[in-house]
Amino acid sequence: MSEELRPILETRGLGISFGGLKAVQDFNLRLYPGELAGLIGPNGAGKTTVFNLLTGVYVPTEGSVMLDGEVLNGKKTHQFVAAGVARTFQNIRLFRQMSVIDNVKAAFAKDIKYRMGAALFRTPAYWRAEAAMEQRALDLLDIFNLKEYAGALASSLPYGQQRKLEIARALATDMKVLLLDEPAAGMNPTETAELVECIGIVRERFGIAILLIEHDMSLVMKLCERITVLDYGQTIAEGGPEEIASNPRVITAYLGESDGEEDASHA
Amino acid sequence: MGEFLQTLFVGLRLGSVYALIALGYTMVYGIVRLINFAHGDFIMVGGYTLIFTVPLMTAAGMPAWLAVVIAIAVCALVGVLVELIAYRPVRRKGTNMTALITAVAMSLFLENLAQAIPAIGPNPIIAGQFFASGGFRVAGVTLDYITTYTIVVSAVVMLLLYVFTQKTKMGRAMRCVSEDKSAAILMGISVNKTVLSTFAIGSGLSAIAALMYVAQYPKVYTTMGSLLGLKAFVAAVAGGIGIVPGAMLGGVVIGLVESFTTSYINSSLTDTFVFLILIIVLLIKPAGILGKNVGEKV
Repeated sequence: MSEELRPILETRGLGISFGGLKAVQDFNLRLYPGELAGLIGPNGAGKTTVFNLLTGVYVPTEGSVMLDGEVLNGKKTHQFVAAGVARTFQNIRLFRQMSVIDNVKAAFAKDIKYRMGAALFRTPAYWRAEAAMEQRALDLLDIFNLKEYAGALASSLPYGQQRKLEIARALATDMKVLLLDEPAAGMNPTETAELVECIGIVRERFGIAILLIEHDMSLVMKLCERITVLDYGQTIAEGGPEEIASNPRVITAYLGESDGEEDASHA
Repeated sequence: MGEFLQTLFVGLRLGSVYALIALGYTMVYGIVRLINFAHGDFIMVGGYTLIFTVPLMTAAGMPAWLAVVIAIAVCALVGVLVELIAYRPVRRKGTNMTALITAVAMSLFLENLAQAIPAIGPNPIIAGQFFASGGFRVAGVTLDYITTYTIVVSAVVMLLLYVFTQKTKMGRAMRCVSEDKSAAILMGISVNKTVLSTFAIGSGLSAIAALMYVAQYPKVYTTMGSLLGLKAFVAAVAGGIGIVPGAMLGGVVIGLVESFTTSYINSSLTDTFVFLILIIVLLIKPAGILGKNVGEKV
């Protein structure tokens, strides 16, 4: 099997139960390098639970998670990060009291190395490392047209820009897989268009595999090559956008049974 | 005018010591949301370390104050051990309240442990001289060397600390962990390492405070950190707990209140005024002078 054909992120029979409730079961995903896949489903279908399983926040009760061939289940979040998983949050979680550039620099933590002594005594090693990091951070901000805001407080950015910064910051962790949790939530059409452009940049320039959770069906249909649909913690459909759009089980999950009562719908 | 300036300098000297101690409280609170009640006792640890290492320094032909380097190392080590042995396990299992009680327990433990050490015992030990006595005259008042050194050293240390938190990898990590721990983990920041560094730095600062305090009041005893720690804690809260510049400002304010009360009102009322100021500040600004009144983060 050639290198390109090996999935970068793979789950096999992944599942988790809380008490007696199976929140997610038998979740199988294969994400290939450079691919953009979507994960959709009605509210409470288990999408965010899947993200928490993929970042080590929850420990799966069944199945396995593999990143680039390395088995990660049972490991801690920081080990997932070290292995190359990064995520953004549904409600943006920047370091609001820090400047835009410091947010990005913070994410270089795992690969910028200089000793504490070097920092205290301002040795050339410290200056080199800091200067290189400054440049990398500025380059990254430049790609997302955020360079002009470098010195501003993260909380002062408009909403759409904050989302872009969150993605830029995730990229700075030097990851292989990016998980985006409802990135378009609360965005106006202009901001959404900018986001789509931003996701395009991530794919073209960094060749990173992206898994996108999204409520906005039109966005998912437009962006994703492959879509997985969850309902009640189970995968009910998988395939390309057209396949998914015409799948009767998906339509039922989203719109409810055609002859059902109002409360039968949980969309 | 002469008395005013003299009082001002004394206030700044006291305030610098409080600020150095308050920084330890505020940094630890900022990062793990814990009031480290044992922090005041780190000053005592620093004080005794100075007492025992000064003879070594003078024997080696070095100035007495250089013993502070050893004191910083010892205090940092004690701070890190307290975090590793007491706070971290409790934080993992218990609530904020359990951690708080553990901090009170650690404070009493350190004081009693010190007393149990034969070389320390229950009686105060008088420290030798750290700096040359005397001073110089400025604007009609005599400014002694200890006061000058205390103010200058504290200012330099605080400036370095500020640069450290703003411009270095570990400083940024501290700010990240303080703001959003789980997001910091996702940035690849090691929270445990960051918390340990915070304890080490905060405790190390208390050794510098110990040097400055003992240089002025050359008496070291096991409970010396209690009231000193409490007032520094007041300074940290008054300035806005968790905020580094707040601790600096709070320390100076408390020092000035203390020295002006002593000079112009009544020396037996100083502690009353210190706590009165705290109450007034908290009534006007519940989050402290530099604190922002925001709801608890979810």
